[in-house]
Amino acid sequence: MANTTGESALDTGAVGAEIEDERRAEAVRGEPPFTEHPASGDRLAAALKDAVIAGLIALALAGPMVGLRTETAIGGLSLSQHWLPVAVIVAVVFLGRLLLNLFVWRTGGRTKPITATSFRLLPSGEQLEKWRWPGLVAAIAFTIVMPFLPFADRYWMDQAIVVLTYCMLGWGLNVVVGLAGLLDLGYVAFYAVGAYSFALLATNFDLGFWVCLPMAGILAAGWGLILGFPVLRLRGDYLAIVTLAFGEIIRVVIINWYDFTNGPDGISGIPRPTLFGIPFERGDDGFAAVFGLEYSSIQRIIFLYYIILVLALVTNFVTLRLRRLPVGRAWEALREDEIACRSLGINTTNTKLTAFATGAMFGGFAGSFFATRQGFISPESFTAIESFIILAVVVLGGLGSQLGIVIAVIFLNTAFEVLRGLDEYRMLIVGLMMVLIMVWRPRGLVSTRRPSVTLSGRAKAVRGELVGEGSG
Amino acid sequence: MNRWESDPILTVEHLTMRFGGLVAIDDLSFSVGRGDITAIIGPNGAGKTTVFNCVTGFYKPTEGRIAIALDKADAETLERLTAGGQRMSEDRNILLLDRMPDFEIARDARVARTFQNIRLFGGMTVLENLFVAQHNKLMLASNYTIGGIFGLSRYRKGQDDALGRARYWLEQIDLIDRADDPAADLPYGAQRRLEIARAMCTGPKLLCLDEPAAGLNPRESAELNTLLRFIRDEHGISVLLIEHDMGVVMEISDHIVVLDYGEKISDGAADFVRHDPKVIAAYLGVEDEEVETPAEQGASG
Amino acid sequence: MGHMEYFTQQLINGVTLGSIYGLIAIGYTMVYGIIGMINFAHGDIFMVGSFVGLIALVVLGVSAATPFFLLILALLVVIAIAMALTAVWGWTVERIAYRPLRGSFRLAPLITAIGMSITLQNFVQISQGARVKPVQPIITGGYSLMEKDGFVVQISNIQIIIVVLTVILMAGFTTLISKTSLGRAQRACEQDARMASLLGINVDRTISLTFVMGAALAAVAGVMFVLYYGVIDFYIGFLAGVKAFTAAVLGGIGSLPGAMLGGLLIGLIETFWSAYFSIEYKDVAAFSILVIALIFLPSGLLGRPEVEKV
Repeated sequence: MANTTGESALDTGAVGAEIEDERRAEAVRGEPPFTEHPASGDRLAAALKDAVIAGLIALALAGPMVGLRTETAIGGLSLSQHWLPVAVIVAVVFLGRLLLNLFVWRTGGRTKPITATSFRLLPSGEQLEKWRWPGLVAAIAFTIVMPFLPFADRYWMDQAIVVLTYCMLGWGLNVVVGLAGLLDLGYVAFYAVGAYSFALLATNFDLGFWVCLPMAGILAAGWGLILGFPVLRLRGDYLAIVTLAFGEIIRVVIINWYDFTNGPDGISGIPRPTLFGIPFERGDDGFAAVFGLEYSSIQRIIFLYYIILVLALVTNFVTLRLRRLPVGRAWEALREDEIACRSLGINTTNTKLTAFATGAMFGGFAGSFFATRQGFISPESFTAIESFIILAVVVLGGLGSQLGIVIAVIFLNTAFEVLRGLDEYRMLIVGLMMVLIMVWRPRGLVSTRRPSVTLSGRAKAVRGELVGEGSG
Repeated sequence: MNRWESDPILTVEHLTMRFGGLVAIDDLSFSVGRGDITAIIGPNGAGKTTVFNCVTGFYKPTEGRIAIALDKADAETLERLTAGGQRMSEDRNILLLDRMPDFEIARDARVARTFQNIRLFGGMTVLENLFVAQHNKLMLASNYTIGGIFGLSRYRKGQDDALGRARYWLEQIDLIDRADDPAADLPYGAQRRLEIARAMCTGPKLLCLDEPAAGLNPRESAELNTLLRFIRDEHGISVLLIEHDMGVVMEISDHIVVLDYGEKISDGAADFVRHDPKVIAAYLGVEDEEVETPAEQGASG
Repeated sequence: MGHMEYFTQQLINGVTLGSIYGLIAIGYTMVYGIIGMINFAHGDIFMVGSFVGLIALVVLGVSAATPFFLLILALLVVIAIAMALTAVWGWTVERIAYRPLRGSFRLAPLITAIGMSITLQNFVQISQGARVKPVQPIITGGYSLMEKDGFVVQISNIQIIIVVLTVILMAGFTTLISKTSLGRAQRACEQDARMASLLGINVDRTISLTFVMGAALAAVAGVMFVLYYGVIDFYIGFLAGVKAFTAAVLGGIGSLPGAMLGGLLIGLIETFWSAYFSIEYKDVAAFSILVIALIFLPSGLLGRPEVEKV
């Protein structure tokens, strides 16, 4: 008797991590118990009051910054006044808040946190599981035939190349952040090392793309080890800021070491890749002539597309393979609990270093592809914002999820392209979107985790909220 | 002669651990007999977990020697190693734990441990937890990843072995049906058992358990006793445990070490410790019968 | 030119720069202390503060020709306006980017903060233009301390103002944190937000106020930056932010005097590095200090050491 009651009590207590998480979230959400909420009767009044306050805040924010624009004039600065945009901003905030209060947040009493609202826009883990193989085959088939589809003109091919490059970068960073749980804000440094290694090797020693590519990857991995070694004792945000600093150090060194890197002027004349020595050029030795085709510049673009497609697929498959190997499992275990790892005889320093080096190597490959595609590189391409965007792709996609990264990259790239006409408003909107998406789905778009090994053969995805986020 | 005197697997000598000005352990010496279940007991704050953390390398002791003899105790070699500043003997029989970092203690000295507040890999499945525990073996089988990437047969065999070992322990702890569930979804008692199984998958010679019965109901406690006896009798593993549950301690321990304020106050077989007036006075502070009540409950439950 | 004189001049410049970093660093250290996260948008809050200050200066028509007492009064008004409006910005950033994610996944607020940082930079770029904003010197004059071989060591009035103001604000805030109930609530939330909320402390409001105070101090730093350097643009927040964070870490995160001390050290290191080695690599010097400090002194100069719990 005592046993059964005891057991059930334990069982309910042990559904565990989830409840604990909720409780913690609840606790720090933090309105104290004595806060009063308006009765539903005077909801309109309360909503109005709230909207007026929001409008006033918007006025305080936008009034001076938008309304009074400083203009450079002779003998100092002068002001020009722009009150219409201010009025628009305030009106939008006031009305938006009012409408939200009246029609969306009408749960009365305590409003539900926006993160708790479940959206069914994205497929669940099980649905994903069902469509996994057919989806994968279809996606790969599509990417292979894409250059020959009717819509694939120069613009689309360029976009596809950009998307694949960022997928590759995202997948590379995913090893470090998503699997090993190490927060790296300086990933662009390895991208830069790869690009510069490639460019310098190719221009100074006259080596071809296929020779330089692995060397660039190895050099980037080496830098991953060098940078990784001293910082591995750090945790969380400290690691983030140190990696950010490393990224900046590399950029500043590239800018200032003029003799070696040509400084801010960058390196030009980087050789284009060749197909077994056949260049994509007009002329008798060129690809078109050799294969008896009419010369077209799109041939080179298509070739570049296939190179990055292969590189990206290799990155993806190697990462997926590594996840199922002891080293990948150790990365994930490290993310879950470092101390437990050490108690099981895992050398956590080496494990972290391999994660850093692997991620850096993929970044280096992507960098050399970038260099050969552009034919010109300069430090401007490797700013911290680039690191932020790659990290944002990984986090928005869902840590550890290869598919999520693809979705996030396509989404962000589409957003960039759609907003292209808006010029300077583009980054503003992208920044705001990053905020909104994270608030909407803090765990990213695909948050479930596939087990790396199963006994039953049917892998059930692990719910995102159970998966650790790493402390380092 | 007792086993902990004739053939100790672990000897702790003059262990002292200070945190700043606080002396957590003061000149503590004891040994763990090969094939024994040894319990460290003592009131809260007596320094039990600190001893554990020193033995498993998570803390570096301020002073003292901690040595493990994997096959046979050998005082002569031990002295030679101590004087020579080495970590382990050439045949890897004697290892000085106070000179080794934590992960090497788990890997080379084959000491496995569990934690007071369970530390499972919650977002990984039960089976994956047991695979991570076999990391070093699998790493070797995968030729440090290179062979694994290309799917060489050696790795496949290594993986099959790992699966076999995991399956074996899952059957022992009765979790075979939940092998593919996330570890964080398991009930509390099952999480405790899984942590022990995970430690066993590392292939240890000495198993250190930090309060394995904490939070278990009487039935689960009894099951734990059976599991620990099984580990000792069938696998010949020595067990060192910290425990508050006197039912577990008195019933299964071959040897009990009692700590109070970082010092040893009693050391001997269960019957000896149970009747040691020093233990009753300093640690229990209550009548003798009180000690036995939970023991009987545990046995009948 | 005497070495001693050159050194003294750099010392004065370094302390001035360090004071500005220190003021920004306090915002980082307080926010990190209370929610355990780097507020990546804080550097941009500083940038917004400098713009608000600039606008206020232009609106009030302050210039070097303004009579002395009027000038002092105007400066106080400018600082007050900048503090107030920037505080609203700080509050808004917390409300939008941090509060909805409280107690959630650790990386999410990091990304929202980066998003906020991008948003703020581009907002200012759009509303105020991308070009740098030069300001005519407003506070002029100073004192010559010593002279040798034609090299004059000078301390300018603006340098004096910056250092004095920083000392006053530091003293004020230290008192606020250690003596008032708000400070007590803050320290309670740092220790255990859940327990604090059970004891009736409004955790949300306490965290909001932390952001508000940090933003207000960053605004002062922003105004001082405008007056001292005479030129700002929408991008100054990033570098200043990273360096101020370095200062906070170097001093020991969570510690107010530590933030100030770290700020001074970073300012001095940067100034001396530029003066004696190379000005191009001054940022590398600051970042290297960060890396070295974190590796060898992870809890900072005045921070509490963290013990790993097993």
